[in-house]
Amino acid sequence: MGSNTGSPNVINIKTGLAEMLKGGVIMDVVTAEQAKVAEDAGAVAVMALERVPSDIRKAGGVARMSPPEVIEEVMNTVSIPVMAKCRIGHFAEAQILEQMGVDYIDESEVLTPADEEFHVNKHDFKVPFVCGAKNLGEALRRIGEGAALMRTKGEPGTGNIVEAVRHMRQINNEIRKVVNADEAELMTIARDMAAPYELLKIVRAEGKLPVPNFAAGGIATPADAALCMQLGAETVFVGSGIFKSENPEKYAKAIVKATAHYNDPAIVLEASKELEGVAMRGTEISEIEEPMKMANRGW
Amino acid sequence: MSEKQTIGCLALQGCVERHRPHIEALGFDFAPVKTAKDFEAVAGFILPGGESTTMLKLIDRFGLWDALAEQFKAKPVWGICAGSILIAEKVFYSSKRVGEEQTKQVQKSFGLIPMTVERNGYGRQVDSHTANVNGYEVSLIRAPIIQDVANDVEVKASHQDDPVWVDYGQYMATTFHPELTFDFPSPMHSAFADKVKAS
Repeated sequence: MGSNTGSPNVINIKTGLAEMLKGGVIMDVVTAEQAKVAEDAGAVAVMALERVPSDIRKAGGVARMSPPEVIEEVMNTVSIPVMAKCRIGHFAEAQILEQMGVDYIDESEVLTPADEEFHVNKHDFKVPFVCGAKNLGEALRRIGEGAALMRTKGEPGTGNIVEAVRHMRQINNEIRKVVNADEAELMTIARDMAAPYELLKIVRAEGKLPVPNFAAGGIATPADAALCMQLGAETVFVGSGIFKSENPEKYAKAIVKATAHYNDPAIVLEASKELEGVAMRGTEISEIEEPMKMANRGW
Repeated sequence: MSEKQTIGCLALQGCVERHRPHIEALGFDFAPVKTAKDFEAVAGFILPGGESTTMLKLIDRFGLWDALAEQFKAKPVWGICAGSILIAEKVFYSSKRVGEEQTKQVQKSFGLIPMTVERNGYGRQVDSHTANVNGYEVSLIRAPIIQDVANDVEVKASHQDDPVWVDYGQYMATTFHPELTFDFPSPMHSAFADKVKAS
């Protein structure tokens, strides 16, 4: 007869859920109805929010964790995993989310940071965390703090894929550099990247991050999703792209289809034709004032 | 036998690539499969862990139901976690879920193994855990619970008195994830490979 030997606060259990979410689309939703649309379209998980990133940009002010009742309504509506965001460094918000039983916490730069120096110590929690990164050093710092899943930061709420592509390529390039480095060079690389040495050794041995790596920030079309997947993302987060488009239901389905068949251009073409409506308008990155660039939040 | 046999893993979504080293260590080729044409080329199917809701929707949307059902008649199939839900005869929602009627069958399935499963039987991710099963450390991640099996289904391992590894002719199901925590190849991958060899 088997017995429990470990709590969920085991890294295998935390990264294990991310393994199950691979090859899919995780959609931002602000209501239970949107969550249902996302689930019906084939999302592998939903991110329950008070506002999508493009509306957070417009609204300005301080963006915080969503009200618990918004998240609970979503949790009671869908059977797929539900994620929710806490502010960078705001471990009390994370404690509330854990208490509610959300399946993943996103310590997210989309919200206004609560701590400009320290991130949440994610080892303290049994709920797994996902964090954003622009480069390998940042990814390994978050994993060192206990993150079980990484994603690109991109530039959320813009409908502009350029920053997510930059971050994905940056991390891939740096992984190649570490893999090709002589072992004696690793400590210097660790110093230069401000990355934990022990984690760099794992990257060098395995040729990839020690946890799954997804894409997020600016994905707005089926082609954007296929691009990120071909660049090595293992799943895509779509924030404003779906429910800020003209036909969210069609958009959600098309992005799911393109993600499942990302390496088959004939099917990505089919998906692109099924949109019926235009994508969210999108923002050129240079038009965003520096303090409003979310990717620069956290370190 | 000169040509290697191929074991396919349904790759619409989920934990696919982690099976590759186990399967290759057993001397088989491994292929992620997504289309009816892909299905014909494989000698056995792994239905991987992932989200059963998502997989069901995509199987329907991409028009793959009939092709898979036809393939499953003749070939070995191993359902893991979400995959075990897809091949169970009856599927119920989690009793821990709020606001749902527990007694109604909630989703269709291929019905390959005469067993009843409860989705997310242990609860949400905070209730996921590792367990010692037959001396092995295994991961149960938002896992279903096999509530009931027919008499002719062989229970190969249990956890808290519920079956977690069952065997039924050419079909097999595990609610845990041998692909994540075992050295290559896991005993469950070996057992499935034996079914493929025998078929």
